[in-house]
Amino acid sequence: MIRVKDLTKKFGEFTAVNNISFEVGPGEIFAFLGPNGAGKTTTIKMLTTLLQPTSGTMEIDGLDARRQANEVRKRFGIVFQDPSLDGDLTAYENMELHAVFYHVPRKIRGERTEQLLRLFDLWERRNEQVKLFSGGMKRRLEIARGLLHTPKILFLDEPTLGLDPQTRNQLWTHVKHLNQTEGVTVFLTTHYMDEADRVAQRVAIIDHGKIVAEDSPQGLKQQTGADSLEEAFLALTGSTIRDEAASSADQMRQFAKMWGNRR
Amino acid sequence: MSVIYILWLRELRRYVRSRAQIVASLGQPLLYLVVLGFGMGPVFQKAGQGNYLQFVAPGVMGMTVLFSSVFSGMGLLWDRQFGFLKETLVAPVPRIQIMLGRTLGAATVAVVQGLLVVVVCVIAGFRAVHLQTVPLALLFMALIACLFSALGTAIGSTLQNMQGFQLIMSFLVMPIFFLSGALYPLNGLPKALSVLTSLDPLTYGVDGLRATLIGRQHFGVVTDGLVLAVVAALLLAIGSRLFSKIQV
Repeated sequence: MIRVKDLTKKFGEFTAVNNISFEVGPGEIFAFLGPNGAGKTTTIKMLTTLLQPTSGTMEIDGLDARRQANEVRKRFGIVFQDPSLDGDLTAYENMELHAVFYHVPRKIRGERTEQLLRLFDLWERRNEQVKLFSGGMKRRLEIARGLLHTPKILFLDEPTLGLDPQTRNQLWTHVKHLNQTEGVTVFLTTHYMDEADRVAQRVAIIDHGKIVAEDSPQGLKQQTGADSLEEAFLALTGSTIRDEAASSADQMRQFAKMWGNRR
Repeated sequence: MSVIYILWLRELRRYVRSRAQIVASLGQPLLYLVVLGFGMGPVFQKAGQGNYLQFVAPGVMGMTVLFSSVFSGMGLLWDRQFGFLKETLVAPVPRIQIMLGRTLGAATVAVVQGLLVVVVCVIAGFRAVHLQTVPLALLFMALIACLFSALGTAIGSTLQNMQGFQLIMSFLVMPIFFLSGALYPLNGLPKALSVLTSLDPLTYGVDGLRATLIGRQHFGVVTDGLVLAVVAALLLAIGSRLFSKIQV
């Protein structure tokens, strides 16, 4: 379903992703793990056509992600790591926009929107502007929106960041259900190793832009002689803390605060 | 089609919900209209040019549409910052449709804002001379709005963050306004200034508005309309090209 070969992304002198290759089979739940700044999000951005790679090839459902970008976009859904909602619109309007973008037929649009907003406990507040929501609610809305159309591949970039255990549980149950009933391939990143252990069939660990291990959670534990995936992760990536440069989006957010945040 | 519509609708929804901003954006036109309009009035009259309020009102309308459409077009920057841009860029929709929806939305907002200023002008004492050409004035407003919304989108596509915003304001938007003849007549200008004004697309917009509202023209309605339409089409093409190249 996803086939990546010799993928490299350089930002000037800095190599964010260094010549990685991997494959994800159809219907698989694949966890892409790594410390901060290891290259996870950059990889997802390239796979989802938001960023052009410096070199290498990416195939999504047999299509070239660089040349057939629009066809590729029809095949996946994504929940981003950082916010991507329109704060001036209501929760319902955000869902509506997404449904139009992904050509969800009008008939099932309303039905699915209601079902998902109820599932993530947002239905009562569907007509409020998103900027009035708490962080957790926004996160839940992002996830509900990402599940609105049924893609072949679902990218989840740290979807549970800042969520309470209840919602996390809800999310993974739903994702597993989608995977089992509709055969959706899932590509996820997370910092919670227990989640990866619970849902993923295969795990790749990336560090400093290179894949350092790739196996089932069980296999990784055996390979490192660890009891949990977290221990295995630390054994493979060491325990030094990484720095991550502030992205231009972060800088802009600060700038916007200075100017009295319009949204 | 529905993608263009929903993005157009989004711009309108956002505009209607930002009431404070609507009121705030009426402040500057009001200053130009009332203070300049009445302040310069006597001198203008003595120079044999007639009523300055009548003269400057179409200029102020043009200015409002210019500012409003460039800002709305550059709303792209805010979307980039708040992440919504990503949501639109991964959608399985040709980017030209996204660009068109946004730009048309921004242009519509600018025309609405322009119409609000028309109301303010009328309250201040402005009167259109030929009522039958007023619909044509609306067309000119729409052309100005499309042109500068496309310009705003083009700029928004290339800027990474808000730092460049002031630069664009001081070295592009303000010069476009001051060189447009919105505030002064175009005849008898020094050669250099005359050349610069004729290179400014807003000049033709203001001239078109003036021709249709108070029957005073420099280039003529046909030239005005043609120049605006051609430049708008050009900027739309450039804008959609730049927009399709955005990476986040």
